[in-house]
Amino acid sequence: MEHTSLLERILRGVAVSAILAFFLFPIFWIFLMSFQTNEQVLRIPPSLFFEPTTINYTSLITGKLQTAAGSLDLAFMQNLWNSVLLSTCSVALALLLGVPAAYAFARFKFPLSEDIAFTLLSFRFAPPLLVLLPLALYFQDIGLNDTYIGLIWIYQLIALPLILWIVRGYFEDISPDIEYAYRIAGHSWLQTFTRIAIPLARPGIAAAGLLAFIFCWNNFVFALILASADKQPVTVGALAFVTASGIQYGQIAAAIVLSVTPTLALALYAQRYLVEGLSLGAVKG
Amino acid sequence: MTAVAAPIRRRKTHLLPYLLSLPALLVCIGILIPFVTAVYYSLLRFRLNMPAMKGFIWFGNYEAFLSDAEFWNTVRVSLEYTALTVGVELLFGLAIALLLQKQTRFNNFASIMLLLPLMTAPALASLMWKLMTNPNFGILSYFVQLMGVQDFKWASSPNSALFTVVLVDVWVYTPFIMILLLAGLRSLPKQPFEAAALDGVPRHFVFFRITLPMLTPYIITAALFRLLDSIQQFDIIYPMTQGGPGNTLLVFQVRAYLEFYQYTNVGRSAALLMILWAITYALSNVFIKQWLRLRERARGLA
Repeated sequence: MEHTSLLERILRGVAVSAILAFFLFPIFWIFLMSFQTNEQVLRIPPSLFFEPTTINYTSLITGKLQTAAGSLDLAFMQNLWNSVLLSTCSVALALLLGVPAAYAFARFKFPLSEDIAFTLLSFRFAPPLLVLLPLALYFQDIGLNDTYIGLIWIYQLIALPLILWIVRGYFEDISPDIEYAYRIAGHSWLQTFTRIAIPLARPGIAAAGLLAFIFCWNNFVFALILASADKQPVTVGALAFVTASGIQYGQIAAAIVLSVTPTLALALYAQRYLVEGLSLGAVKG
Repeated sequence: MTAVAAPIRRRKTHLLPYLLSLPALLVCIGILIPFVTAVYYSLLRFRLNMPAMKGFIWFGNYEAFLSDAEFWNTVRVSLEYTALTVGVELLFGLAIALLLQKQTRFNNFASIMLLLPLMTAPALASLMWKLMTNPNFGILSYFVQLMGVQDFKWASSPNSALFTVVLVDVWVYTPFIMILLLAGLRSLPKQPFEAAALDGVPRHFVFFRITLPMLTPYIITAALFRLLDSIQQFDIIYPMTQGGPGNTLLVFQVRAYLEFYQYTNVGRSAALLMILWAITYALSNVFIKQWLRLRERARGLA
């Protein structure tokens, strides 16, 4: 490519740094805030220099907030646990259902196959409230309202299309010849699937699983409608927490930090696969 | 022996793909039931607090929208929000992708760091910005004051509420456009650019005549992806302002949510969501065509 002048290189460096500042500053600032007492948060002008305190985290983890008015119970750790449980189980179920289906769509041309695959994809794009509001009424009737099972089921709407389309792409990239050879050697279809196809597609399956986990974790509206306080994940819990703890700003910041850390860590870990995942397999990174 | 075994075997492989994909489909069929119910509800006069009034009114809910100023406000706000977010994110995302196009260590680091806002739950991002724009201690309120703007109320004033939520949306989703376009840019064939450089073609000419046309499928896919999400916006607006102040941010889904829970008007809420569904359905058909084309191209390159 062409050579760039020194001036242009400097200008580019400045522009990229400014962009990084804009996108990283909020995370950085909330992180700092989570180590401040309320007095420090409220100080004007805001300062980068302060005596850090871990009180926000200890009170979140122990679930007790000591204030002048007495002790206040915090259920935030329950929200965090709910997020872990809901996201993990949803992804596990989605993998169990989605990987065989992805294999079927990648290897076999059967009537209706594309229709079924696209129907599953279209769930990703429909307004969630359209199904959630009637579903909330149904769930009350059949007793699934405010249960983990009901939530995990509905979370399939997020996880399944993602896993199906990404893993399908991975299976399509693997030449079927190896599988044919293994079948001719006298192995059953199931053995071929579990011993050849799945191990070869493992990186794709892992990436799709991680991404689906992030999207389940980040979901807000499903649990807002279908879960009450003790089943809520962090996204909904944090909002309720803001209302409940009112002016404990340092604590709100600490709760946000605890809630976003898992997804940010996973994203950094899986960043190689994010491009492919975010575009549902349409673009390769 | 073999003559008997062969047809059985063939039937097995016929059924196999269905057996493999059926569980996934069954789990999702459950979702179609509430969808049909939503269509039905949208044709009813149905308020949870007045069950006795429940009755079939055909398209009454939809007809009522035509003369309802609040409905047109919702349409206007949703379209404004969508146009603003997708427009700004496209321009900004394209600019960043072009800046980071060259594979240097610093650029790769920057593109990875830019993923962090995208991986932050939008609802939590909204809370983060709420803390930063708090009138008493928010750092952004302080910055704005330093720049000489007094009384900038961010999300709590009708004048700046749209700006604030659009800003949060831009913060979260610009990286999405950026990484898609960056992947697109880096996958473009090198020869046209080398030829242009050899001939000494001016850079703006290269950009408008080579880069942009070749990048168009990626731009369209990214834009449609964002359009589909943006017109359904809920996660940022609801935690930030619950659709307020007043009716400034009552986009489709926020309005439908309030219609259901605050006014318990199930029929109206369902009709509103059906209209949104029709819009997204049309958009998603266009999107899927584009998306498939891009997907085939990516598979072809592999």
